[in-house]
Amino acid sequence: MTQSTGKVKAVNGNLVVAEFDRDVRQNEVTYVHAEGLRLKGELIRVRGRYAEMQVFEDTTGLREGDEVEFSGELLSAELGPGLLGQVYDGLQNPLPELAEAKGAFLQRGTYLPPLSSERRWSFTPSASVGAMIAAGATLGSVPEGIFDHRILVPFAWEGAWKLSWLAPAGEYTIQDPIAKLVDAQGRERVARLSQRWPVKLPIRAYAERLRPSEPLTTQVRIVDTFFPVARGGTYCVPGPFGAGKTVLQQITSRNADVDVVIVAACGERAGEVVETLREFPELTDPRTGRSLMERTLIICNTSSMPVAAREASVYLGITIAEYYRQMGLHVLLLADSTSRWAQALREVSGRLEEIPGEEAFPAYLESVIAGFYERGGMVRLHDDRIGSVTIGGTVSPAGGNFEEPVTQATLKVVGAFHGLSRERSDARRYPAIHPLESWSKYETIVARELVALGRSTLRRGNEVHQMMKVVGEEGTSIDDFVTYLKAEYLDASYLQQDAYHEVDAATPRERQVEVYGWIGKLLGQALRFAGKDEARRFFQRLTQATNDWNRTPRGSSEYEAARAKLDGMVAEHAVSNDGRSQR
Amino acid sequence: MKTTYTRVEQIVGNVIAVRATNVAYRELAEVSSAQGRSLAQVIRLESGRAFLQVFAGTRGIGTDAEVRFLGHPMRVHFSEALLGRSFDGSARPRDKGPELEHSWVSVAGPSVNPAERVIPRRMVRTGIPMIDVFNTLVESQKLPIFSVAGEPYNPLLARIALQAEVDVIVLGGMGLKYDDYLYFRDTLEAEGALGRTVIFAHTASDPVVECLMVPDLALAVAEQFAVGGKRVLVLLTDMTNFADALKEIAITMEQIPSNRGYPGDLYSQLAARYEKAVDFEHAGSITILAVTTMPGDDVTHPVPDNTGYITEGQFYLRGGRIEPFGSLSRLKQFVNGRTREDHRTLMNVMIQLYAACKESREKLAMGFQMSSWDQKLLSFGQRFEREMMDLDVNIPLEQALDLGWRILGECFEPSETGIASKMIEKFWPQAQAQAQAQAQPGAASARREVGSAR
Repeated sequence: MTQSTGKVKAVNGNLVVAEFDRDVRQNEVTYVHAEGLRLKGELIRVRGRYAEMQVFEDTTGLREGDEVEFSGELLSAELGPGLLGQVYDGLQNPLPELAEAKGAFLQRGTYLPPLSSERRWSFTPSASVGAMIAAGATLGSVPEGIFDHRILVPFAWEGAWKLSWLAPAGEYTIQDPIAKLVDAQGRERVARLSQRWPVKLPIRAYAERLRPSEPLTTQVRIVDTFFPVARGGTYCVPGPFGAGKTVLQQITSRNADVDVVIVAACGERAGEVVETLREFPELTDPRTGRSLMERTLIICNTSSMPVAAREASVYLGITIAEYYRQMGLHVLLLADSTSRWAQALREVSGRLEEIPGEEAFPAYLESVIAGFYERGGMVRLHDDRIGSVTIGGTVSPAGGNFEEPVTQATLKVVGAFHGLSRERSDARRYPAIHPLESWSKYETIVARELVALGRSTLRRGNEVHQMMKVVGEEGTSIDDFVTYLKAEYLDASYLQQDAYHEVDAATPRERQVEVYGWIGKLLGQALRFAGKDEARRFFQRLTQATNDWNRTPRGSSEYEAARAKLDGMVAEHAVSNDGRSQR
Repeated sequence: MKTTYTRVEQIVGNVIAVRATNVAYRELAEVSSAQGRSLAQVIRLESGRAFLQVFAGTRGIGTDAEVRFLGHPMRVHFSEALLGRSFDGSARPRDKGPELEHSWVSVAGPSVNPAERVIPRRMVRTGIPMIDVFNTLVESQKLPIFSVAGEPYNPLLARIALQAEVDVIVLGGMGLKYDDYLYFRDTLEAEGALGRTVIFAHTASDPVVECLMVPDLALAVAEQFAVGGKRVLVLLTDMTNFADALKEIAITMEQIPSNRGYPGDLYSQLAARYEKAVDFEHAGSITILAVTTMPGDDVTHPVPDNTGYITEGQFYLRGGRIEPFGSLSRLKQFVNGRTREDHRTLMNVMIQLYAACKESREKLAMGFQMSSWDQKLLSFGQRFEREMMDLDVNIPLEQALDLGWRILGECFEPSETGIASKMIEKFWPQAQAQAQAQAQPGAASARREVGSAR
């Protein structure tokens, strides 16, 4: 297909219509030439000889008759060594380099190569010449920070290939030929250290998809114990403004037990990305002892950056995540916030004058969201290694109301729901994940019966609490009152966690098993009190002591002492199930 | 280039369509008719026709009106000569001063590269204890004042403008009552601050399209001052009027409304303005304070709701006071650890005690008996409201902190506040502590934990 060209016929916001001469392709990348600039866009609809494009930049100054260039290529990501530690915009422009080249403001029409073409990588070949291989097979590897970055046969090369030449070990740039492959018809292609892949298509170079069964520890207790996330699973975090979505995402990006974290900041505040951007290089990853930035990649299309590129930023994130998954790594993609992406879809849909669905969102909103979350998953690769992409997306529902279309469409396709509530954040109960409304379909890291016990205690405690509002404390039986106190205790000393305390901020898996094992036992323990005041005082002291325990490093002598103190406190009031004192 | 077109093909609402060639998207034009002249901006190009939003409205425009394209998008003069002047939403002088020409800067320019932003580190002192002590305003912060009609939000803005330690103030008024415009101008003049102020004011009787231009004009000018190293404070009032103007134009253009008639891009439109707040590493900064009146006092209304997702906290102005509970400055922890060592402690303790006081008041209202602890809380609450919350109180941060200790010292014993003993030793007012110790030798045993209110 010869590349088509065209001329601008209409401009409405970032929607530009051009009349074209030859053939065009749906979703291909286009460039509008205006005011001496080349503005990138994407073809989204064809009608007769007219191509409708969304331009990723400000369209001020476009004129009728301006030249349009059709590239023939779908919007693609550049995949290769050097991605980690980068800060990209939604079109994979490296932002720090852009600032160096163009100054403090984002000038439209400037596109820089995502990966350095000068940097040399030390390549070690591993495939054998003459072997028959397929897309996604490993040719060799280069060291990238803490990982062995595998160089893979480009995913777009269909069919079987014979490896006819492989570069010897040595230093190469991403543009140097690294291997030559010949297909059955004898056509030869050259593989390099980097490859391109269209962001809107999932990478499918794996043997099979597996059920997400391995827990992904986030070190947030309420998540791991009560509403767990699995490697290769998906979860969403909806919540009104100020409920702590972004803080929760930031904590997860630091502590999650995965190899690579990709943060896609989509249509949110620039200031929050700046915190990650400036702080991560200084923080050490406890798993590797290296800078956290070495396992992190930030894609940043904040709220004042071009709206049309929000969609691209989310897809860029998931594509890079899939790329690292193909190396047998576990990747976590955090998208903040998917609502802003949905709103971008709504804006474009409105300009296209499509018939609107609920709240003017396009009718295809659900299938687009479903298609995105379905790209998460755990897979067995062709060489039997296991890799996974876990997706966590925040949702910013209008008015904090979960009935709105984006939240509802997301809930249908995710495996866990961490609903943040205004009520809990107002009461400073952080993380403000609502323990009664949230759910998860994945396996918890602690004993299942104990989680069930914790859930029923919380539910029962809430019922008693509601009842007490009517009949008062004096109208409540001591048993009910103790259930209520147990629920409050579980909330205050386990579900709540201090994000700014060095020990309490992150609770590793073994520690959760231990602490929750202790608390679970207490929840099932019959206790005797002389009266409600005594019960209340007991649980106040117990909460205090447990919080002290949560704040001492595991393995220290204080840790053991704190636990012993708790045992002693409980023993004073414990009775066996037939009602006799255990002392 | 400067061809004049005279064939107006369509007039709908404030938008006219004219058949014209070689017109640039967002270009400005001058429309002349029997009614006079007005600026207009191209908002859509379609098959040889240009759609123009006429700033002064279309009333009286004939199909034979002359449309002359100016060859540039919306722009505004920038120089030091702006200081002390006031303009309307088309950037024409509102005062009797001369028109300012040349040295143009374009409005609604590109946003700042996130990689060039820095974590903000400097507080903006306002002299209002509810802000300085409890929800510190930080340079480069964007913060709305959520309020309802009838509350004194404009006097509050004026006071902050007068007292904030900034180099330049840019005031953007949208749908301002003419009286309020005069109030701002006269107050700034009387206090001698007009010389460092630029005013862009759209009054309630001005054409609605001009309302849309005000934030862009104000922020474009602010940005230039900031790039030049100035610390700029931008005051916008009222952003709800801006959103309503967006709604009006969107409906005229037959855009599909999303929520309560507002266009689907309300969030992006608001964010594009608020995100102009910035702290440059080697230059100045822009801080934005914007009044957002909540229709029906409803924070889930699309305008305050979208605003809350964009801004870094909010101040609630209710009953003539800044509410300590809903109000939040998300950036305060960047600065309040380095003001004075007792700042955070005092901030937390006073709010906890005030929350406890509210509970006591509820008990009192329901007719329960008041314990001596309740009485203490009630008298504390009263003093807190009178001496710190009242908007007339005007003292620097350090004095406000001292005052806080004095109020605590006169209402409570040290142990009742739950403050760490190290802080007590250093900051608790000595005279009272001794006097109380003598008057009540058993005070320490009568302790009552504040912890339960936490």
